[in-house]
Amino acid sequence: MADIGTLHYLVVAAALFVLGVIGVLTRRNVVIVLMSIELILNAVNLNLVAFSRMWGNLHGQVFSIFIVVDAAAEAAVGLGILIAFFRNKETINVDEIDLLKW
Amino acid sequence: MLDSLKSFLDGSVSGTPGQLNNQVWALIYVLIIFAGVSVAVIAMNWLERKALAHFQVRLGPMRVGPHGLLQPIADAVKLLIKEDIIPAESDKFVFWIAPLIGLLAAFTVYTVVPFGPSQAVSDMNIGILFMLGVSSLAVLGIVMAGWASNSHYPLIGALRSSAQMVSYEVAMGLAVISAILMTSLHGTGLYGVSSLGDGTGTLSMIGIVQAQQEQHVWFLFKFFPLGLIAFVIFAIAMVAETNRAPFDLPEAESELTAGFHTEYSGLRWSLFMLAEYAAMIAVSSIAVTLWLGGWLRPFPNLLSGATWDFIFALFPGLTFLALGAIALLGTVRMPKHPYFKIQTIGLAAFGVVLAGIGVLLLAVPIAAKVSNQSILSRSTEALMNVYWFVAKVAVFMYLYIWYRATWPRYRFDQLMKVGWKVMLPISLGALILTAIVGVLLG
Amino acid sequence: MTPVATPFFFYMLSGLAIIGGLLVITRRNAVHSALALILTLLAVAGLYLMLYAPFVAGVQIIVYAGGIMVLFLFVIMLVSLERTVKERQFNRIWPVGLLASCALLALLLGVYAKGKTLFEGRPAPPLTESSNTQQIGLMLYGNYMFAFEVASLLLLVAILGAVIMAKKRI
Repeated sequence: MADIGTLHYLVVAAALFVLGVIGVLTRRNVVIVLMSIELILNAVNLNLVAFSRMWGNLHGQVFSIFIVVDAAAEAAVGLGILIAFFRNKETINVDEIDLLKW
Repeated sequence: MLDSLKSFLDGSVSGTPGQLNNQVWALIYVLIIFAGVSVAVIAMNWLERKALAHFQVRLGPMRVGPHGLLQPIADAVKLLIKEDIIPAESDKFVFWIAPLIGLLAAFTVYTVVPFGPSQAVSDMNIGILFMLGVSSLAVLGIVMAGWASNSHYPLIGALRSSAQMVSYEVAMGLAVISAILMTSLHGTGLYGVSSLGDGTGTLSMIGIVQAQQEQHVWFLFKFFPLGLIAFVIFAIAMVAETNRAPFDLPEAESELTAGFHTEYSGLRWSLFMLAEYAAMIAVSSIAVTLWLGGWLRPFPNLLSGATWDFIFALFPGLTFLALGAIALLGTVRMPKHPYFKIQTIGLAAFGVVLAGIGVLLLAVPIAAKVSNQSILSRSTEALMNVYWFVAKVAVFMYLYIWYRATWPRYRFDQLMKVGWKVMLPISLGALILTAIVGVLLG
Repeated sequence: MTPVATPFFFYMLSGLAIIGGLLVITRRNAVHSALALILTLLAVAGLYLMLYAPFVAGVQIIVYAGGIMVLFLFVIMLVSLERTVKERQFNRIWPVGLLASCALLALLLGVYAKGKTLFEGRPAPPLTESSNTQQIGLMLYGNYMFAFEVASLLLLVAILGAVIMAKKRI
């Protein structure tokens, strides 16, 4: 095909984003939901870096580094919450974590 | 393709195959590195068993070849013909792929290791960052190996090993940063920080060695105790990264029945061992490049000039001649029983081969000095670069074996305590002090 | 350094990334999903390299593939039970989720198709890759200094949070 332009990268990022959204909305396993969130964040990063290349400055890349930092923090806390919950109720299915309602 | 081969050899262009976009030479370099690392791993295997034995006042393997020289080959053949046992309830795909990931991570580091001013497979601008990233992928292989074995010893071993590797990666990264900081200085000498120059450092491995050459000092000695502290932190962290003694609790036989590779047998286990030795050589190469001046011969600026270059260029040949002489001495001292006839002949042949290589390596610089052909002088230079680099890495390999023979194993909580509470603050402190000294003196 | 075989590498890397993404959301075994996610992360790092962002690619490999995925694998090994592999994997309302995501995809692709002209005609300016790290460093410690400090605080809070959440008794 033709030269690989910005639009090609945006389409790939959109595909990854939608795959991540499907994972968050449809899976029952909490760990896989968290991994789908990581997919979403990666799609956003790809978008940012593609635009940074298009405009020729580095703001996009710097922002994507911050997003990677943020994703690490969120994964750590999310998995900590999962472990705490797993101790109470021996399940990792999202729809069984409903202790607040009787 | 033929002219891309020739243009690289005749020295009209200089640069790594990555810079010159020369895929053929990149492939040739990769094959040479692969072969070299395999030979080095075999030699390491032999050296480890013999050196450990001599440390423990015994002889080590003596039967298989003369002085056990063919022992690694016998080991390799044994491992290849062993039965491939896969645990019943294990995850077959993950079980298969785990050693491959460890091997991949160990060998990909060699892409950036420089053997000369333009002899690296690809001198990336983020060379050191690439190396840190790829060596952190090795943890994944270990975690998967422990998980896929479906048995509690490997699982605990894998968890401990990966926790250890991740902890020491932090200290390793900080030590590396303090070496990178020193590349941005331009003054010469032990404490030289020149205010000229744009203060740009570099992350590329070849650039780091060239910075050491330009500053006339190995980064080991720069800012005197600080370079040494960073080097010592890296040297300890690299031993922990490769799961070697004294940090080898996760794979020690007396503790965890071989940890994460308990359930692996035959060829798969040998892949793990290959990955471990290759990772050892890789991180030693990184340490040599960052602190010990890479391919530079001793005193390249202090003792410069054609005569000193010539004297130092004789070292490779003399080393091999010395090794050949030791082998021939061993031949003379062999017992004079007819049982040992084949071994004596074998050792004599080995000694003659080593001495022959030594003579060949001596002939190159002498011929380069006598006749003035550029290909000979360039090959002398390449020979010297590769020799000094390999010699420094060989010193590290011997140190690894020495550590294993001498020190007792760390208990796991002691190991984690040392990693987080001792190494991390010291490396952070060294980094901050290096930066402060660099700014104050400049 | 002139790029070589760009369309081949782009299609290969993005194909790997999308296949990895598909495997992440469809595998029954969480460890397989994690491996597929590692594949996606490495493919995306390759895409960053093609976009002349070597530093971000390095950070992606070190932090994401080498750090976060190890964390995920640890937790999967700690909480994985035998019975989770045999249970129902998808929600009861999965058609709704799928429909909503397809609508989202259609919306995104529609926006891109309509605004296609905005992306063309903009010649990609030549970026010197030799000083990418230096320039990112200058920006991080220059324009984005405050965000940098806040990010370090965020990491501190995350460490504290993770330790407290995972402790047995506070």
